[in-house]
Amino acid sequence: MTAKVGVITFPGTLDDVDAARAVRHADREACSQGRARELEAVSLWHGDHDLRGVDAVVVPGGFSYGDYLRAGAIARFAPVMGEVIEAARNGMPVLGICNGFQILCEAGLLPGALVRNHKLHFVCRDQWLRVENTSTAWTTRYEPGAEILVPVKNGEGAYMADEPTLDALEGDGRVVFRYVAETCSQGRTMGAANPNGSRRDIAGISDPTGRIVGLMPHPEHAIDALTGPSDDGLGMFLSALDALQGAAA
Amino acid sequence: MAKVVVDVMPKPEILDPQGQAVARALPRLGFDGVADVRQGKHFELEVDDSVDDATLAKIAEGFLSNPVIEDFVVRRVSE
Repeated sequence: MTAKVGVITFPGTLDDVDAARAVRHADREACSQGRARELEAVSLWHGDHDLRGVDAVVVPGGFSYGDYLRAGAIARFAPVMGEVIEAARNGMPVLGICNGFQILCEAGLLPGALVRNHKLHFVCRDQWLRVENTSTAWTTRYEPGAEILVPVKNGEGAYMADEPTLDALEGDGRVVFRYVAETCSQGRTMGAANPNGSRRDIAGISDPTGRIVGLMPHPEHAIDALTGPSDDGLGMFLSALDALQGAAA
Repeated sequence: MAKVVVDVMPKPEILDPQGQAVARALPRLGFDGVADVRQGKHFELEVDDSVDDATLAKIAEGFLSNPVIEDFVVRRVSE
């Protein structure tokens, strides 16, 4: 069975092409491991009430609807999001990256909100993350505690939630990615871990089922050494493949 | 038709870096004595008389503000 991963395009989306490319790379990686063609990227349009039969959805980064009102506030009401919200509540895996994470929070699929970076700067850099939960649909390919290097690029990436919500996320293992500082060859950490003032250095979280994950950094930009700082992001898409095939088997 | 104003402000416990940046700029511009600045959004809506307060609250809470990080106030403004 070929699993179909939908990638949504809103007006102002930037990273749908890279997200679809990451899905194709994951498919090629699976093929090179001796498996048949298994993953297909499917384009989804914001204005359609149609998920085109996909098995999972990536809500990619960018500036949907110009970030007017609040980042993700208008995209959350797009026709396709109505379908995504319903399918997600029925167990379909959903990954929100950057603006996609903001949209999933606005839609109420994930708790909390993302606000202006603490120093007001747009931050664009390669960022180390620690994978804190390797049992979500999007992170089973990582070793527990693995540190991965992926780009981060946002102006409103500071994760905020009230203290009880943060405690609940920590207690339930729903903090999936945390910002960590770079470690130099002598073992010392270099620079600040947290690029944007996120509470408790949170870079990504999941819903209680582990099928809906959102993160601010961009795994889809880190899938090969030619175009990214690493190929560490590919594991998220391979994890989804495993989850979808596990569900079908 | 009536005019309705919705003011949306970051909750007190939410860091407001934009307001802080404005507050820090004021002394540099020669304006002393401003202890704090919070920055929010101000919406002006022209609404039919048929739109009741409950609907306005839904608009403010469900769309114009994000209740996780923002508080809102709805006011009907007489012309």
